[in-house]
Amino acid sequence: MKKTLFIASGILLLLAFVAGALYFNSQRADQAEQLAEQNSAGMVRDYSPQLGPTAAKVRIVEFLDPACGTCKRFYPFVKELLNAHPEQLHLTLRYAPFHENSDQVVALLYAAEKQGLHWETLEAVLAAQDDWVTNHVVQPERVWQHIAGIGLDLVQIKADMNSPEIAARINQDMADVQSLGVSKTPEFFVNGKPLPSFGYEPLKELVDAALASEYP
Amino acid sequence: MPTSKPPESTVSGWTLIFLAWLIAGVSTLGALFLGEIMGYTPCVLCWYQRIAMFPLVLILAAGLFPFDPRVLRYALPLALAGWALAMFHWGVASGLIPESATPCSQGVPCSVEQIVWFGFLTLPMLSVLAFSGIIALLLLTHYKACK
Repeated sequence: MKKTLFIASGILLLLAFVAGALYFNSQRADQAEQLAEQNSAGMVRDYSPQLGPTAAKVRIVEFLDPACGTCKRFYPFVKELLNAHPEQLHLTLRYAPFHENSDQVVALLYAAEKQGLHWETLEAVLAAQDDWVTNHVVQPERVWQHIAGIGLDLVQIKADMNSPEIAARINQDMADVQSLGVSKTPEFFVNGKPLPSFGYEPLKELVDAALASEYP
Repeated sequence: MPTSKPPESTVSGWTLIFLAWLIAGVSTLGALFLGEIMGYTPCVLCWYQRIAMFPLVLILAAGLFPFDPRVLRYALPLALAGWALAMFHWGVASGLIPESATPCSQGVPCSVEQIVWFGFLTLPMLSVLAFSGIIALLLLTHYKACK
């Protein structure tokens, strides 16, 4: 009797938790989708770095923080997806520098973009992430040694990094982060739809679904 | 009643600890829901209170099967520690204790009320209530067993 009461209460509590979680997540997914729809103008900006053919019909938008470990781990996976569908997929990269001082690295990446070396610089920076991020705080001065071999004009980079144009880009990115409800990185939108839940598989499923509907 | 019947008092003692276990279980799942599902990052003081609350679910359950009237001996220290932290947190959150005196300098400040239900019910208050309830039930069980 006591045991039954105990076990039944335990199961009831857990069921309430799971039901609450499912309900909350579905509500949140709906809200995220609506938010993305309402603010679709803020999804892509003309300065945003892009990969893939402009004619591609499946368009991924990734919000990335160069100091975020999960973004680093996702990066090869995203590249793999793009390589698997080189004609159909297009990636736009947005920056969401949530980590302390991360905006300085984003400024550096935007400055590298002006020299046509954005993606090379991003890959070098991500590869060395462990060295310039300690305890979630960015040490911007430690980044430089890792981008020496790319062929960047570092004097120009330093000048561009502090330009109002790049500051405006970062402000715009953060404003769009707000309006689209991006609270964690990496965040992905595929043809305007946010990931229903986080992970490699949900991203792949969302991309596959978009591919199936755009390229039947 | 002049003569105490052992089986009856055992049942009510068991029920009291069972209620305390329910409080601990609801508090634990509630904290996990806010943190893991709703995505609120717990502040430092919240973590310390979690450290006191989460084990109570297992410890109180251990005191239920078989029923141990001395469960107070090993459950009360955790409950008291949690209660003291919750009171401190409540003081910080309601402005009675200045924020500079708190250990939360980075991340989520403990003085910010993330949630207010019904216009007055905040998380530190809920925590104080939960720990108080568990302590009261443990003490009741203890005095019942001593009689």
